[in-house]
Amino acid sequence: MTPWLVIGGMGVITFATRLSLILLAGRVTLPAIVWRAMRFVAPAVLAALVVSPILQPAGTLDLSAGNERLLAATLAGIVAWRANNALLTIGLGMAALWILQWVRP
Amino acid sequence: MSSPRSEFLAGIRAELPLLLGVTPFGLIYGTLALQAGIPAAPALAMSSIVLAGSAQFVATQLFSAGAPAAVILFTTLVVNLRHLLYSASMAPHLRPLRPIWKWLLAYLLTDEAYAVTITHYGSRDHTSTAHKHWYGLGAGLALWSTWQTSTAAGIFLGAQIPPVWQLDFALPLTFLALLRASLTDRPAVAAAVAAGVTAVLAASLPFRVGLVLAALVGMAVGLWAERR
Repeated sequence: MTPWLVIGGMGVITFATRLSLILLAGRVTLPAIVWRAMRFVAPAVLAALVVSPILQPAGTLDLSAGNERLLAATLAGIVAWRANNALLTIGLGMAALWILQWVRP
Repeated sequence: MSSPRSEFLAGIRAELPLLLGVTPFGLIYGTLALQAGIPAAPALAMSSIVLAGSAQFVATQLFSAGAPAAVILFTTLVVNLRHLLYSASMAPHLRPLRPIWKWLLAYLLTDEAYAVTITHYGSRDHTSTAHKHWYGLGAGLALWSTWQTSTAAGIFLGAQIPPVWQLDFALPLTFLALLRASLTDRPAVAAAVAAGVTAVLAASLPFRVGLVLAALVGMAVGLWAERR
């Protein structure tokens, strides 16, 4: 699979969604449910993206204490919830992973 | 009285504080795209061809997981649904413009450029705003050039960082931080929990369709929770 074709396709899709209603204003209306569902795209997609690499780092579900990424991400999750600060969350999560791997080689 | 030049500069000025927030994400995207196995040239080109941070981050993760093109493209569509909202609300302001302007401003319609531009358009009466599309161009180009340079810097950095640093872990952490910001009320939390559970349960499905399924289930549960 060539990345160029995928990137080109992503570009077309992104541009089309941005241009669509600028061009079609007044001629096309979207169903109300699409507008209401839109605000749930971010929490839904992001939650799905978070769980897989953390709970299944090697492809299968790993809830053990040996899953260092799960421990580091749990700490980062607490920081994210309390501070709601992106760079602090990323920085402390990475630091936690490094420390865990350093103490438990 | 506003001129094209003053509107253009005002757009750039309004965008400046947001550029501070965007720069680290450009750096992170560039670094991680390389670590995910995307070669430098397409990783850099993605920032000008796609020009959408969230879609680029998602694609990076799907690339590294070996997802097929169809899943990456459909996910891009879902992640970009919010652009329909932006497009609809910009439409009345751009109606008198020539097609070339509509196409140009649509290309530059990122989250950050939209945020300052629509605020500006909403705060003025329509008599003094004959040149207001220049404001959108200023905000859009400011964001565009920052995204390109920070991505390029990230790709340069990414090439220097050895794999033992496990920098790929920064990607789920980035999603985690953004997830927190998106949990604004109970229906949003319900959508996130449902999507997370679905993603785990559907992880064994082929072609990474679990992500698409999880997103759709999350959106449906969010709508359901809102009605209660």
